[in-house]
Amino acid sequence: MTDIYDLVVIGAGPGGYVAAIRAAQLGMKVACVEKRATLGGTCLNVGCIPSKAMLSASEKYAEAAGHLADIGVEVGKVSLNLKKMLANKDKVVEDLTKGIEFLFKKNKVDWVQGTASVKSASEVVVKPESGKATTLKTERVLIATGSESMPLPGVEVDEKKIVTSTGALSLTKVPKHLVVIGGGYIGLEMGSVWARLGAKVTVVEFLDRIVPAMDREIGKRFMAVLRKQGLDFKLSTKVTGVKNTRTGVTLSLEAVKSGEAESLEADAVLVAIGRRPVTAGLGLDKLGVTLDKRGFILVDADFETSVPGIFAIGDCIPGPMLAHKAEEDGVAAVEIMAGQSGHVDYGLVPGIVYTHPEVATIGRTEEDLKEAGIEYRKGAFPFTANSRARTTGESDGTVKILADAKTDRVLGVHIIGPEAGNLIHECATAMAFGATAEDIARTCHGHPTYNEAVKEAALAVDGRAVHI
Amino acid sequence: MTTEVRVPTLGESVSEATVAAWRKAPGEAVAMDEPLVELETDKVTLEVNAPVAGAVGEILAPTGSNVAVGALLCTIAEGSAGSAPAPKAPAPAAAPARPAVSKPEPPKVEPPAPAARPAPATAPAAPAGELKTLSPAVRKLVEDNNLDPRRITPTGKDGRITKADVQAAIEAGTAKAFVPQSAGPAAPGSLDMEAASLPPRADDPREERVPMSRLRRAIARRLKEAQNTAAMLTTYNEADMGPVMELRAEYRDAFEKKHGVRLGFMSFFVKACVNALKELPAVNAEIYGNDIIYKNHYDIGVAVGTPQGLVVPILRDADALGFADIEKAINDFGRRARDGKLTLAEMSGGTFTISNGGVYGSLMSSPILNPPQSGILGMHKIQDRPMAISGKVEIRPMMYLALSYDHRIVDGREAVTFLVRVKEAIEDPRRLLIDM
Repeated sequence: MTDIYDLVVIGAGPGGYVAAIRAAQLGMKVACVEKRATLGGTCLNVGCIPSKAMLSASEKYAEAAGHLADIGVEVGKVSLNLKKMLANKDKVVEDLTKGIEFLFKKNKVDWVQGTASVKSASEVVVKPESGKATTLKTERVLIATGSESMPLPGVEVDEKKIVTSTGALSLTKVPKHLVVIGGGYIGLEMGSVWARLGAKVTVVEFLDRIVPAMDREIGKRFMAVLRKQGLDFKLSTKVTGVKNTRTGVTLSLEAVKSGEAESLEADAVLVAIGRRPVTAGLGLDKLGVTLDKRGFILVDADFETSVPGIFAIGDCIPGPMLAHKAEEDGVAAVEIMAGQSGHVDYGLVPGIVYTHPEVATIGRTEEDLKEAGIEYRKGAFPFTANSRARTTGESDGTVKILADAKTDRVLGVHIIGPEAGNLIHECATAMAFGATAEDIARTCHGHPTYNEAVKEAALAVDGRAVHI
Repeated sequence: MTTEVRVPTLGESVSEATVAAWRKAPGEAVAMDEPLVELETDKVTLEVNAPVAGAVGEILAPTGSNVAVGALLCTIAEGSAGSAPAPKAPAPAAAPARPAVSKPEPPKVEPPAPAARPAPATAPAAPAGELKTLSPAVRKLVEDNNLDPRRITPTGKDGRITKADVQAAIEAGTAKAFVPQSAGPAAPGSLDMEAASLPPRADDPREERVPMSRLRRAIARRLKEAQNTAAMLTTYNEADMGPVMELRAEYRDAFEKKHGVRLGFMSFFVKACVNALKELPAVNAEIYGNDIIYKNHYDIGVAVGTPQGLVVPILRDADALGFADIEKAINDFGRRARDGKLTLAEMSGGTFTISNGGVYGSLMSSPILNPPQSGILGMHKIQDRPMAISGKVEIRPMMYLALSYDHRIVDGREAVTFLVRVKEAIEDPRRLLIDM
């Protein structure tokens, strides 16, 4: 390969592949290096997509097995074909990764398979699984290597009984007792999947609450809903050891405050205590690329690292570790390279937990605002008073809008309830435009919809919700 | 206890700075008010001092990184002893060294918090100020076209700018302005569109290629902006400096003894300009969209050359200052400009500028406006020249004067009259006494 690329992207996850396509749209000659045999990175292969396929399938199963009869749909005995469910998930993943292959072809992005190391801002060496390494010459390099599951010291993951989110997507049988270490998004989603399929699920969390960064009130509500669904929580509890036994796994736990020890038997353990950036093997230390203490690559406002010509985006730089944030990073970085302006508003990155009901949040929490000393007004509206939610039997949850006390500008929205992950985007758009709660309240909303709960919450900011 | 050190407010229209140099390494002890880090902005270099005593924690904005107002620079472990200063790191011009971590953090069970993990300072932060309230498409169009949103007439709800408003402004060419923008040192990644569109240039050993400093880039941008925006025109005149020189000679010692400062020429010109501005308010005005803003205050910028480039500190309310006040202020500005110690507040918001090319020997030149101001006076070298005075040739100490003005709001009559008034006051300083 003697051609010189305008851009070599390392990693074909949602950050990398979107950046590669955007760069190609802007007329750059682009190569995208990926060590996995398929495109799409963690998100498509072992993250967002397969987990949502499992969440959706398991929810349907739970519905058929549980509540359908309540509304007059009798389906007889419901049974689970886990093998088929997993195969369906794999098919979804395969179709979507193929979709990116097609997009790469359409946009003339060269997909280079292999593991990349950066020799300089103008040379990337790619070692394929077999065969000789090749060197790509390029004008600049974009690192989009993403993140991996954070290991728990002393716990060896075998992806069979002791699993990360990857293994949790492919358990070959429903465990009788699944212990989830870590009460974050990933643990709660995967815990929900297996709970619906019949597992007893215990979530062990070091802190005194789950989803610690979430608005506290919504977080509390969330835990109550999950508890109702049968998930068990051990908060303020430390995992001091995990032992693989012949029949299962034995966990040693310790209460954080009292130091009281106990042990817990499980068939499977999911370690979901967070994610850490992947940069090993890239050769960044030799180049002098500055990392922070936790291993994230530091970049400036142009997404350029401390070495000119080397850029980085997504989970491997500081910021929320979310696919959609990585995509935004990628587009902005590439547009800046092309001489345009580029910008990501990190205050407006939605966070969504795809449990049932969903939880979605954007902007600032009440705790944030209190700490920052910003005066705010709060409007909340429960789905029990939303007519659509009553018709679908999905009335668990609430919409909460926080707006500046003086300007009425929307500062944060937190939703737990049906379709929360979709509802939040009405608010995201409004917030991107700097809208006030009144703007939302005075926008005509279709009836009957879940979105009306958003409108009513906006009215409630001014103390004038109609339907409650 | 850990204290966060953030980028301070940098002044009007400056939302971003580059980290020029760290004075302290992670783990190093720092006293309260001791300089921690040097930031370079479009206008000045400023030091950020430690708000508390302790040990420097993690440095979150490495040398060379761009940081927004309010961004986290580093943390200080309050009261912690810290280590002795680390050996000096190599010059920051080379690839920045990886910050040394003083001690490895013990691994701990950290709960995942992907959604609301606050964006760290080193993640690209949102520029402060009014840009934030623009909708995403409007914001991009404004930045791509280097517009000043304050100069775009809004038609949207609650005074918001719509995309159509921006398109109209682009078409009318009314909102071109300097917008604070980030620009990395490497040309391919920089926002400077001209730079980005340049073809690659091969290295020539006979040439030296260095990146422009932020100050130089700001100067370049503003000068070009002035030429692109204003209908700039210059009128010339000349003044016989004899009377002022005589006055100075007569009172030099007494003045210096009383005020502790030398009586220079600048105070006469400041006074003369303020008087002329009062008579011709258009020269002290500014175009703002479709309106003219007349300023009933006289904040005179005095251009000062420094090794890094030209800076223009402002004499606030110069109409209320005496000769000695003016001379003292100018001396102080000059000294601090050379040391790079002027604050941004001292260089923002002038209404008129005086530039003295005479100190370098210039006999005649046309100054460029300092936008959004509408006038700038150019002073020059005093040169003995034969003049025809009452039918006889006399050798007089003469200075050419130039007034560049924005013809969009200043008429030729006003500009010429202004310069004549300055000339008259200099040739007969008694006029300053009686407001003539």
